[in-house]
Amino acid sequence: MVTFNLLFNAVVTGVLLGGFYAAVTVGITIAFGMLDIVNIAHPVFIIMGSFVAYIVNRKLGLDPLLSVILGAPLFFLVGVAIFQFYHAAFEKSGKGSLRGLAFFFGILFVIEVTLLLAFGVDYRLVQTSYIGPNIGFEHIDLPLRMVIPFVGSMALVTGLHLFFSRTFIGRAIMAVAQDEFALSLMAVDTVTVRQLAFGVAIATAAIAGGFLIVIQPVDPSLGREYIGRVFAICVLGGLGSIPGTVIAALILGIVETITSTLFGASWAPAVSFAALLLTLAIRPSGIMGR
Amino acid sequence: MKQGALLEATSIRKRFGGFVALDAVDIAVRPGERVGLIGPNGSGKSTLVNCLSGAIGSDTGTIQFDGRAIERLPAHQRTRLGIVRTFQIPLPFASMTVVDNLMIPLRFAARHRPGTGQGDSELEKALLLLEEVGLREKADALSAGLTQVEMRKLELARAVAARPKLLIADETMAGLSNVEVDEIISLLLKLNNQGIAIIMIEHIMRAVMAFSQRTIVLVAGKKIADDSPDVVMNNTEVVRAYLGE
Amino acid sequence: MTRIPSWIWPIVAAALVFIASRVVTNEYYVFAGYVVLQYVVLASAWNILGGYSGYVNFGSAAFFAIGAYGTVVLDKLWQPPLVLSIFLAGVVASLVGLVTAYLTLRLRGVFFAIATLALAIVLQTLVMNWDYVGGPLGYYCMRPSSIIGFPSYVHYLFVVMLVLALVAVLVARAIKLSFIGHGLAAIRDNELAAECCGVPTLRLKVFATMISGALMGMAGAPFPYYITYLDPNSAFSLAYGINSIAMPLIGGMTHWIGPVIGAVLLALIQQVATVTISSELNMMIVGGLLISFITLAPNGIVGLFEQYRQRKHQCAGR
Repeated sequence: MVTFNLLFNAVVTGVLLGGFYAAVTVGITIAFGMLDIVNIAHPVFIIMGSFVAYIVNRKLGLDPLLSVILGAPLFFLVGVAIFQFYHAAFEKSGKGSLRGLAFFFGILFVIEVTLLLAFGVDYRLVQTSYIGPNIGFEHIDLPLRMVIPFVGSMALVTGLHLFFSRTFIGRAIMAVAQDEFALSLMAVDTVTVRQLAFGVAIATAAIAGGFLIVIQPVDPSLGREYIGRVFAICVLGGLGSIPGTVIAALILGIVETITSTLFGASWAPAVSFAALLLTLAIRPSGIMGR
Repeated sequence: MKQGALLEATSIRKRFGGFVALDAVDIAVRPGERVGLIGPNGSGKSTLVNCLSGAIGSDTGTIQFDGRAIERLPAHQRTRLGIVRTFQIPLPFASMTVVDNLMIPLRFAARHRPGTGQGDSELEKALLLLEEVGLREKADALSAGLTQVEMRKLELARAVAARPKLLIADETMAGLSNVEVDEIISLLLKLNNQGIAIIMIEHIMRAVMAFSQRTIVLVAGKKIADDSPDVVMNNTEVVRAYLGE
Repeated sequence: MTRIPSWIWPIVAAALVFIASRVVTNEYYVFAGYVVLQYVVLASAWNILGGYSGYVNFGSAAFFAIGAYGTVVLDKLWQPPLVLSIFLAGVVASLVGLVTAYLTLRLRGVFFAIATLALAIVLQTLVMNWDYVGGPLGYYCMRPSSIIGFPSYVHYLFVVMLVLALVAVLVARAIKLSFIGHGLAAIRDNELAAECCGVPTLRLKVFATMISGALMGMAGAPFPYYITYLDPNSAFSLAYGINSIAMPLIGGMTHWIGPVIGAVLLALIQQVATVTISSELNMMIVGGLLISFITLAPNGIVGLFEQYRQRKHQCAGR
């Protein structure tokens, strides 16, 4: 029986989920939307982030979200390293597109299998004080394990938006996204700028991974579900626009949750991919696309 | 449609977001005519070429070519009808040899033009074309390894291979030496003698003066002059556009 | 001296393999050989679109699964002869290819690639929720106990796949050498220039997608009878996606024989690795090979061979 209460709860949960999806996607917004690097392996970096949080929690006994502090700089360096390799191997020769894509596909595979070998196929969870309890308001019941990642995600996305619009480096990155050639003529080292940006993108994966394992148990192959979601949100939001990403993520979160509530959770993946296909077919520039 | 016009484009408008690239531009070309198209950078010349050739669609406006309305047709069909363009930055098929580059338009464009198919095989036609532009010895070389001026010549040869009625040469001479510029001018004149109408887009004024029978000037998306080269060069508005107030 | 036309070689190879299958007594080789041949089809089919035109398809599993689940549906209905299932699989898969192509091929290649991945996952979700074919629980497909002319049904499946492999290779070769192949190569080099040279780019890309999809679907059609238990995870396995890309890439994408080389090599390595090491490590090897080749030898084994030949030619010329 579909009651107002049920739907209302679904919408609110969808908003919380959507906020989290924004944090998951923002790395692709940067890498693909701004830098034109199709890092199809981004979701598996997030899973790696989740496992880092898992280790921090289980082996060190700390709150998994603290892993964010440890993980983000580390992932930033990993991102920089990968970019250097990618740039040297593919971007210089100019035939980037197909080869870069296949390269990241290979990376996706290698990382997923490495995680499988290291951790096995089982789901891993973390234990914290805020997984379990809910905060209740009049008509709604919000699981804390979703509220906290939501708040964290919004902070992350807002911080990044300010970074890109207000700081010098951030605006240099946006300039590179719009006209790299012109920027290089102004004596800006565009390669370093892009390198930094990609590092930031991978660093977000560490953070999103920490949030993910708080929200739900994680296994190595979970990344696959997110590939379509991430690109769907990125394209729907208009490639490279952080506000667009947030709006698209919220929409997707709400639609997915309502679908799950009405038809069952196994239909959820289809929602995001269908959204992607529809967007590509009808309005490829997305909601806020140029 | 204007009496005897080969190409007649009326009221072409194109916006990119908030930026108006073309503002109600009219352009007409007669069969076999030599037209120069000039204007400062960013005036909309390349956008106009893209709209005429079908690489992008115009927002409004009609384009009549050889009696047919073509504004809805995809680029490859316009090429098959006889309106062919070259690219400002040469775009050779890098993995193919020079001669194979010509086989593509011969097979996919020229074959659809009435009157093709008689006489030499496509390979022979390709080699003849290379002879005309002076690239015969490079026929089996990889197109990626050509010099700048050779690439421009290949662009032209490839365009001619499609048997155009109208050839739009987009800044073919940019960055070339004086001698090379003369080579290209004489090549274009030779093609014009064969009956091909040519729109030459250039910044090199002496080329435009020497080559065109009629010169069109675009400034900020608007056509501000359309007359013989001497008249246009003395037009105060044109001078102001290039040299500032 | 008259040159032997190159299409003779695949036929000769197929004939030799057929003879070998009759002589060999250990059924394990027939089982393993089926998988190798299946990948020859998938790799050759993928290459028609991916290698020739440069449009990467991540959703090979989707087309493969259309064939597999098509057979399941037919098996439930009235168990037609396998050949009919294969034919229908080809038709349905090519239609799906047509629709996908029209929706996404007007966009940049990157979006096409992502859309194909999306397609694979949407289809997997649909099948997971479709109880008629077993949903997540899978479907048990009974293999007929015997068939005339063959020592066992598995032998029959092997020969069917052999014929499919031969067809796939010959079709890929025919396309490559035809004007369609030239048009696709022009698209790969520079799509805008190709379009302005009169190449009907959209039409050619759609055609390539349809043929590629059809062949992949046909490769999937006999699968339920081979594996006897089909579930969405095995039908939509990511292994199909990554292998269809890795095999042509490692073998060489610009020549029609590249996918064959890549398929045979990689499939054999994987068979050996799965048995001796583990199936996870085996996927790691594929991923590692993919990254290595794409970085160091993007033209694959065929490319390395051509480089070697050119160098020898240069040395001889001195």
